[in-house]
Amino acid sequence: MSGARLELAGLGKSFRGLRAVHDVSFTVPAGAIHALIGPNGAGKTTIFNMIAGVYAPSAGTVSLDGRQISGLRPDRVCHAGVGRTFQIVKPFKGLSVLENVTIGALHRRPRLAEARAAAEDILKRLGLHDRRHQLAENLTLPDRKRLEVARALATEPKLLLLDEVMAGLRPTEVDVMVAFLRELNAETGLTVLLIEHVMRAVMALAAHVTVVSYGEKIAEGTPAEISRHQAVLDVYLGEEEPA
Amino acid sequence: MKTRALVTLAALLVFLVAAPAFLGGYALSVLILVLYFAYVGQAWNIMMGFAGQLSLGHALYAGLGGYVAAGLYTHYGIGPWAGVFVAVAAAVVAGGVVGALGFRFSLAGVYFALLTIAFAEFTRIGFDNWAWAGGSGGMFLKVERGVSDLVNLRGGPTMFYYVILAMAVGIFVLCRLLLESRLGRYWLAIREDAEAAQAVGVPVFWCKMLAVTISAALTALAGVWNAFYYNNLFPETAFAMGRSIEMTLSPIIGGLGTLFGPLVGAVVLTGLGELFTDISDQFHIPGLKQIFYGLALLVIIMYRPAGVWPWLAARLGFTERDK
Repeated sequence: MSGARLELAGLGKSFRGLRAVHDVSFTVPAGAIHALIGPNGAGKTTIFNMIAGVYAPSAGTVSLDGRQISGLRPDRVCHAGVGRTFQIVKPFKGLSVLENVTIGALHRRPRLAEARAAAEDILKRLGLHDRRHQLAENLTLPDRKRLEVARALATEPKLLLLDEVMAGLRPTEVDVMVAFLRELNAETGLTVLLIEHVMRAVMALAAHVTVVSYGEKIAEGTPAEISRHQAVLDVYLGEEEPA
Repeated sequence: MKTRALVTLAALLVFLVAAPAFLGGYALSVLILVLYFAYVGQAWNIMMGFAGQLSLGHALYAGLGGYVAAGLYTHYGIGPWAGVFVAVAAAVVAGGVVGALGFRFSLAGVYFALLTIAFAEFTRIGFDNWAWAGGSGGMFLKVERGVSDLVNLRGGPTMFYYVILAMAVGIFVLCRLLLESRLGRYWLAIREDAEAAQAVGVPVFWCKMLAVTISAALTALAGVWNAFYYNNLFPETAFAMGRSIEMTLSPIIGGLGTLFGPLVGAVVLTGLGELFTDISDQFHIPGLKQIFYGLALLVIIMYRPAGVWPWLAARLGFTERDK
């Protein structure tokens, strides 16, 4: 497993005249952790869905290691090396935790026994191994979030898209997830793009941050730069009241 | 599977193989019905229970299969063992058309079900007016008494019993193999959440196409068997909505998506059906059977919404998986 470079060039999406995303470009180098932040409704998830193949962009392209992936079906995008989680988690509810992850692993390992072994390894790493025989619908929300990550990782992606996996987690759980992602990134060089509102996680993880508002990119830089950027403070982060 | 379950399964198989030796004609005919419904139920279960695609037009595939094999036999003398390939091919094409239309446009749930009903109805009307197939007057196979000709499927109930038993065992083994394969797991993923399935690389459209065509092919086999067993085919019954619904009952009552559900459901339903026929005959009240039958279905669905089998399996200590 190693990372791939993601490049978004002039990406745009309109839904029947409603401009959800307009002319967004940024590049995530191979092996980097990059965050996409912005107010609710800014178009972050729409950008994710264009990368993952759920929507075909109205304008612009998405490429992975120089190969265009925009316009492909989601399963082909997965095959090209993109794993994703869903903001509103989508576990296979009626199946066990192990089966959920096994189905992800089947993509690269067609034999059930091998896929299951790979799934067990991932579950151990994410601390879900004890719960592997539980039905996914019986998991708590933090565990479901972890299951989303586990299932996406099972497809052995080169780029992992994480859509608010920290939302709803307690600060200690956020730290655990952050530590896991850091370790994974350091070990495998997997490229990570995350949408996140939990700034604690963004600051701890991301080398670079892209900020979108009303469908357009308004800033890009290191977390430190972003947290001082006037436009970002105006539309999203807000300023501390003078005492 | 636990040893206990394996022993029970072996005993059941021995009983079924030996049954014609000690069962009377009536009991054997009931058992034939049970196996038939277990078989078609399992075939339908592949679509709904495994892949989560609701078909309410499965009579289309059974009817088509039956008509093709019976037509080839009566018109050209082509035996059913050869005709069955053409019958299956016809059903696969029909299933492919229904699937391509439905899945290409992502019809789901009841909308897809409506499409399946529509196709069964078109075909019924078509066959009503098709002279080669006998039109609305039906198609009849020549009945030959006292022969036992397995090559042309001409014979008595015992022969048909063994054929349907072999089919039922075969479809059970096939479904188990399918479920334990990548395709089977992909079907379950699609059933649970198609969007999430596609995100982990499942080619949703093609997996659904395989579900509908495999299910159609297997249902066509039942149609061929059915045509040669009853020796007659009418569009009004072969493609009837009621015929389609009938096929869905055993797996629903027995347990959707389970391997034993269709068999258990078929035993329960056929048993109840025969019991209520007896009762209504005793009291000479026409329609009493249907009322009891309907009530029994209601009660089972209310108290065992996941089907009889998962509950029964737990009771018998077979527990398939921990839940």
